[in-house]
Amino acid sequence: MEKLRVLVVDDEPGIRSGVSRILRNYSIGFPFMEDDFSFETIEAETGEIALEIINKNAPDIILLDNKLPGIQGIDLLEIISKMRLDTAVMMITSYASLDIAVKATNLGAYNFVPKPFTPVELKSSIENISKHLFLKRMTRKMKEEGKQIRFQFLSVLSHELKSPLNAIEGYLRIMEEKQVGENIEDYMSMIDRSLIRIKGMRNLIMDMLDLTKLESGKKSRKLIKTDLNYLANMALDTVKPLAIQHNVTLNSNIEEDLVITVDKDEVEIIFNNLLSNAVKYNHENGEVNFSVHKNNSNIEIIVKDSGIGISKEDLPKLFEEFSRIKTSETRDIAGTGLGLSITKKMVELYQGNIKVDSKPGIGTTFTIELPIA
Amino acid sequence: MINNKKLVLIVDDDPDYLLQLKTNVESFGFKVVTAENVKDALEVLDTKPDLAILDLMMETQDAGFVLSYKIKKRYPDVPVIIASSVTSETGLNFHLETEEDRNWIKADKYLEKGIRSDQLHREINKLLKL
Repeated sequence: MEKLRVLVVDDEPGIRSGVSRILRNYSIGFPFMEDDFSFETIEAETGEIALEIINKNAPDIILLDNKLPGIQGIDLLEIISKMRLDTAVMMITSYASLDIAVKATNLGAYNFVPKPFTPVELKSSIENISKHLFLKRMTRKMKEEGKQIRFQFLSVLSHELKSPLNAIEGYLRIMEEKQVGENIEDYMSMIDRSLIRIKGMRNLIMDMLDLTKLESGKKSRKLIKTDLNYLANMALDTVKPLAIQHNVTLNSNIEEDLVITVDKDEVEIIFNNLLSNAVKYNHENGEVNFSVHKNNSNIEIIVKDSGIGISKEDLPKLFEEFSRIKTSETRDIAGTGLGLSITKKMVELYQGNIKVDSKPGIGTTFTIELPIA
Repeated sequence: MINNKKLVLIVDDDPDYLLQLKTNVESFGFKVVTAENVKDALEVLDTKPDLAILDLMMETQDAGFVLSYKIKKRYPDVPVIIASSVTSETGLNFHLETEEDRNWIKADKYLEKGIRSDQLHREINKLLKL
């Protein structure tokens, strides 16, 4: 049985001995764990004493009161967070001080237990925090072993998948209760928004498939000599219906004989993402200029649109996973926040680079260079 | 005829939730004015609302608190509801039940997003003393 060391920092002797008593004969097991966890409690009545104990031998879990005689809990938390320990901190405090709660969360406190707490409350908090600690350690171990399991990514993903469902559910409830009357026409804006969110979710699933391809590693890549001229023209055909729908003109200038060793699917994803963005984020009657040509030892791909553009502040976020630029103009455009991050990763697989240049209201240009050799 | 419907200001950066809440509140028989961020909200505040419902996390994590503070400063008697999904997402709990809490957070009620519309209706009526 693995023992987790719990440090209780509280100036009230009753709380300290209470925690020790409750945890003495408590153990938890999870179906995904071979071994159960049990607990060993260490007590500290001030932050200063706690710090000494932490410096000697960092505990696994710290239960931290905020109101302490000397150094305050929140300040101790700040010191602990700077030490980057493999320790989970839980604040024991009353709800009242929200400023502390916000600050503590920002400093990495895992959870809060209100004081006074019942044994059941403490046990359930300890159970959660142990699970969190276990997952954190397992993730790190997997990373060290080269297994790229990305819990962070998955938790963001689950948020991204839940949010359209919540929105659609909300609209359906309104319709169920007939909140704006019997006339279906009065619900059209809600139906439209629901369809937009469904489309966004579908795109997300498609992007996820692209990402899976990327993450499954090099084994499944088929690198063969391919003429980019052919792939570029195919990508143009793919995006044409979308362009017609948006009243956007596609211009292209694609050099002949652009042979390069690539995986056909990956280049298709790059082309499709850039071209569909250039159409989606364009103005009515706008233009897209697509050019692919040789430039020294690179193949240069330029996608230029006359669209809504991206502000300077938003540019750095552009290639981050799940980042979507929120403006009134992008609200009704179905996007997942994954397309460009995938595109960038694909380009980097070829030791290439991607650059973006944009002026709000005028348009955006993406330039990609892929080394031929 | 004088229009004596009460005016409710709703501020939320999620356009879907905003539209849904607006529909909800209008179906209770109130007039609704909406804004998607703190800046726009401050602009529409020239007309005094009878009640405000604010999202917590918008431009910043505590935008709702900041806006609530500004509303209270300008119109001390306008009740403010903070609506957020922060509890279900982070496990953090906010209560506004004691005088001390209300001194800190200038709002009258904290509600979790996704509450049933009849509950919301009851809370609004309570704050408007209807």
